[in-house]
Amino acid sequence: MTGDPLWSIFVNACLINNFVLAYFLGICPFLGVSGKLATASRMGGAVIFVMLVSSICAYGINQGLTAIGAPYLRLISFIAVIASTVQLVEMFIKKVSPALFRTLGIFLPLITTNCAILGLALFQTNKGFGFVECIVYALGAGTGFTLALMLIAGLREKLELASVPSMVRGTALSLMLAGILSIAFMGFAGLGG
Amino acid sequence: MAMDPSLDVASSTDEFIKGLWRENPVFVQVLGMCPVLAVSNTARNALAMGLATLFVLVMSNAAISSLRNWIPKQVRIATFILIIATFVTVVDFAIQAISLDLHKALGAFISLIVVNCLILGRAEAFASKNSVGRSVMDGLGMGLGFTFGLSCLGAVREILGSGSLFGVQLFHDDFQIWVVMILPSGGFFTLAAWLLVFNAYSERKARLQPGDDGGMQ
Repeated sequence: MTGDPLWSIFVNACLINNFVLAYFLGICPFLGVSGKLATASRMGGAVIFVMLVSSICAYGINQGLTAIGAPYLRLISFIAVIASTVQLVEMFIKKVSPALFRTLGIFLPLITTNCAILGLALFQTNKGFGFVECIVYALGAGTGFTLALMLIAGLREKLELASVPSMVRGTALSLMLAGILSIAFMGFAGLGG
Repeated sequence: MAMDPSLDVASSTDEFIKGLWRENPVFVQVLGMCPVLAVSNTARNALAMGLATLFVLVMSNAAISSLRNWIPKQVRIATFILIIATFVTVVDFAIQAISLDLHKALGAFISLIVVNCLILGRAEAFASKNSVGRSVMDGLGMGLGFTFGLSCLGAVREILGSGSLFGVQLFHDDFQIWVVMILPSGGFFTLAAWLLVFNAYSERKARLQPGDDGGMQ
């Protein structure tokens, strides 16, 4: 336990140190699935869920590995847990909504290699969070990721109609948008103390 | 793959070169962006990160390619990730032993090499289908291309953001540093600028040489 109030952990993970715009975690899905607002929000939902589950598992694993004195196995166990959680979510979505499954396409299995998820597990371990703090941190990080994803998706939907020079089109334009958003998010610094 | 030896030598050189330029992971494929943006605030961090990724990429490509006939198809991604995670743990401890300062500066991003899309991408798209020699060449080329891209970014950000390169002061004291360049948003802008340069170059090349596929040879 670190003793920080829970709301400060949430605001910190969600806005001040936004995973996408301040830590550069999860850039691949951020650039890949941010073309449409609807897809982006569902992707965000899936990521929040995976983050929550893997954060709880990572907490348990870390306790276990510390108890048996084998912290060098941490990275390998984390990634194994994340991969199986993603597999679970994938099967769930495929069953519940095949249309969404097709829209997310390759990016669903790629949540496994979404740095934001592994980053979350590593950061919460480094910060020495307790169980409740871990859950709040995961929720904050997931919300922040979804927020950034939806903001950029909204901007990109509008830009589809704008006329931009052909060499700026695509990734370069998204990166510039992300840079401007990142400056905007710096305004939140000092909010959580 | 049945190929005659001389052709094999030529093509493995080609595997090496394509990663450096034509299919450069940073500028052309735009893969593995998280470490690219996060640790490129100084040239030294960028170079170290590039070399660490190069090592993991070559080793995992070699291991996966030599095991490719024994890995069941259904669990291949999980197996690849575990192999990669093993080499990343090795690199993590190695950097900790070599330079503690560097380890502190790179922080969690060393562990995050595991989820670098580039490494898993090469494992899935190349190493799981090709011989060990070609996979190692592919890993070397892609890794060096990645290091090159990362260093380009790091150099620009350090020169503008801190007025130095590899820690050596370049300007007089009255040089006004661009603070935004070492902040997160500077990473996005610098990468966007480099992509613009690359896009402009390849567009110009396509215009001058219609019909050329942009190959190196």
